[in-house]
Amino acid sequence: MANIAIPRLRGYGIPVLRKGYAGARRYPVISLTIMLFVLVIPAIFANWVAPHDPVAGKLSDRLIPPFWVEAEGEGLYARPGGSMEHILGTDKLGRDILSRMIYGARISLTVAAISIILAGTVGTTLGLISGYFGGSIDHLIMRLVDISLSIPAILFALVLAVVLGPSFQTVIIVIVSIFWSRYARLVRGETLSLKAQDFVARAKVAGASNTRIITHHLFPNVVNTLIVLATLEVGQVILLEATLSFLGAGIPRPNPAWGLMIANGRELLVTAWWVAFWPGIAILLSVISMNLLGDWLRDKLDPKLRNL
Amino acid sequence: MVETQAKLVLEVNDLRTYIFNRSSVVKAVDGVSFTLRQGETLGIVGESGCGKTMTALSLLQLVPKPAGRIVGGEILLNGDDLLKKSVDEMRQVRGREISMILQDPQTSLNPVFTIGDQLREALGVARKESRKNMVSRAVDALRNVNVAAPERRLEDFPHQMSGGMKQRVVGAIAMSCEPSVIIADEPTTALDVTIQLQYLRLLKDIQARTGLAIIFITHDFGVVARMCDRVAVMYAGRFVEEGSCRDLFNSPSHPYTQALIASVPKLEEKVERLYSIEGQPPLLSDLPVGCRFEPRCPHAKEKCVSEYPPSFMVDSGHQADCWRLDSSW
Repeated sequence: MANIAIPRLRGYGIPVLRKGYAGARRYPVISLTIMLFVLVIPAIFANWVAPHDPVAGKLSDRLIPPFWVEAEGEGLYARPGGSMEHILGTDKLGRDILSRMIYGARISLTVAAISIILAGTVGTTLGLISGYFGGSIDHLIMRLVDISLSIPAILFALVLAVVLGPSFQTVIIVIVSIFWSRYARLVRGETLSLKAQDFVARAKVAGASNTRIITHHLFPNVVNTLIVLATLEVGQVILLEATLSFLGAGIPRPNPAWGLMIANGRELLVTAWWVAFWPGIAILLSVISMNLLGDWLRDKLDPKLRNL
Repeated sequence: MVETQAKLVLEVNDLRTYIFNRSSVVKAVDGVSFTLRQGETLGIVGESGCGKTMTALSLLQLVPKPAGRIVGGEILLNGDDLLKKSVDEMRQVRGREISMILQDPQTSLNPVFTIGDQLREALGVARKESRKNMVSRAVDALRNVNVAAPERRLEDFPHQMSGGMKQRVVGAIAMSCEPSVIIADEPTTALDVTIQLQYLRLLKDIQARTGLAIIFITHDFGVVARMCDRVAVMYAGRFVEEGSCRDLFNSPSHPYTQALIASVPKLEEKVERLYSIEGQPPLLSDLPVGCRFEPRCPHAKEKCVSEYPPSFMVDSGHQADCWRLDSSW
């Protein structure tokens, strides 16, 4: 029989290989493993994991490439080869890049987590109030959102940094004041369509107070959207933090934040690519794994998709 | 038939609910009066936009704000005037004393919670109990509305149930606090005919068991005939005719009622065109001084243009607002 279709065996039995990216979305294990083992656990135990001091460098060890790169050039242009001493190489001041990345994860991930939670809380609350009550309070909040969206983020950040002085808190304040409006706008839109549905009317008929309707009936319905937005924002927040640090308005040097490290490596991109490359990989990994996690959570939280 | 000695639950006198727009005042409910006894079903019929739903929302004081306002009348629930109650007191009335079943079961349940959660929430409003008790009461509530295998259904989400099933759950939630009045606003419009019949029978059963008073809003005369003890016909914000179901169908006295009944298609007669009432109902923001049906009425005379007719007794318990019933006509 020549017509029998033979199943393709490539990657057979391993769901992730069989289904590719779409398969990977279903398995939070993968993104969580990346998150935990590559980013979070080393950051928590940085004191033990990091091979070198992230701040102190040796100028004699400057710009050492990753371990597999061999020495090249001669005379004035000579460049040493990589060694296992500095696995991912060193930067312009001879600081170990791996150690800086591990310590940097602490700062970058904390900034991202805190500012997203704060921005999400503020934005969601205002969005729910705005959408549910409507009228003049809606106008007021939406005009605030317009203002927040129309002010150039960088300029605003620079002004704040000058006024408050560059610090960890300043970065969070800047990010929250830029990002809350996105949550507010999104949640307001969802609320507008939800409150027209009969279950809200039914809650009113059953004598529920406004607070109860907002917290028990509307909020659970916007959680899915919020989680997707929050996970997508992680990448943007890290990038904004990088931009701020690059301009000197963010995490003050010599703290090892990822964005700052990329900024430091920018002018060396042609000669010493590894300075900017590795923190870039770290940002990429965290963004991808957060997005996968967000996709998975959204499916899990939506009752209609839960059993698929 | 309900004996007239049954306890008076709800008495509405000259209720007026207006909606204030920028340039006009829409008189959505304009002087509605009725009474409702325990175990009785009052049907309110009328065309779309004649104020049926606004009447229902007025009873619960859930008229859309800030445009809508109840400008006059009284609503006596077991002797208490609801219009004199504060916002918080009114919240205690909703759900516990007067409950409502809405038209569309598809959106009346919150999509992210299980049926069990939503039932327990409704039950918990009435009294706080242990979780285990609540579960068994939720099961009872579902069994009450004839849901098969209620124990398993508690874990279901709304999207896993059919429309008829959802409407029953909505009914169970509405009845969970044992209210004395339930307002059913076209509860069967979104259901198919076989399910409609089941649902109506179920409501009747529950009513017989609990002595619930039902206000049934619909535009389906078949449903009215099956469900209601008394019927009120609403036109342009007013009850134009009110009487027992039998009287109203046998001797409709207001021309509007006659026209409504005539426009129900009949199986026995073959007609070229279905009957319909000529013209449009008047704008509720620009009502005529006289009878509101006068522009569409085949019997209209000058008196109808100049003066609104009072209620004339047709029989005992059957009245209509039409000059033709006046002895001087």
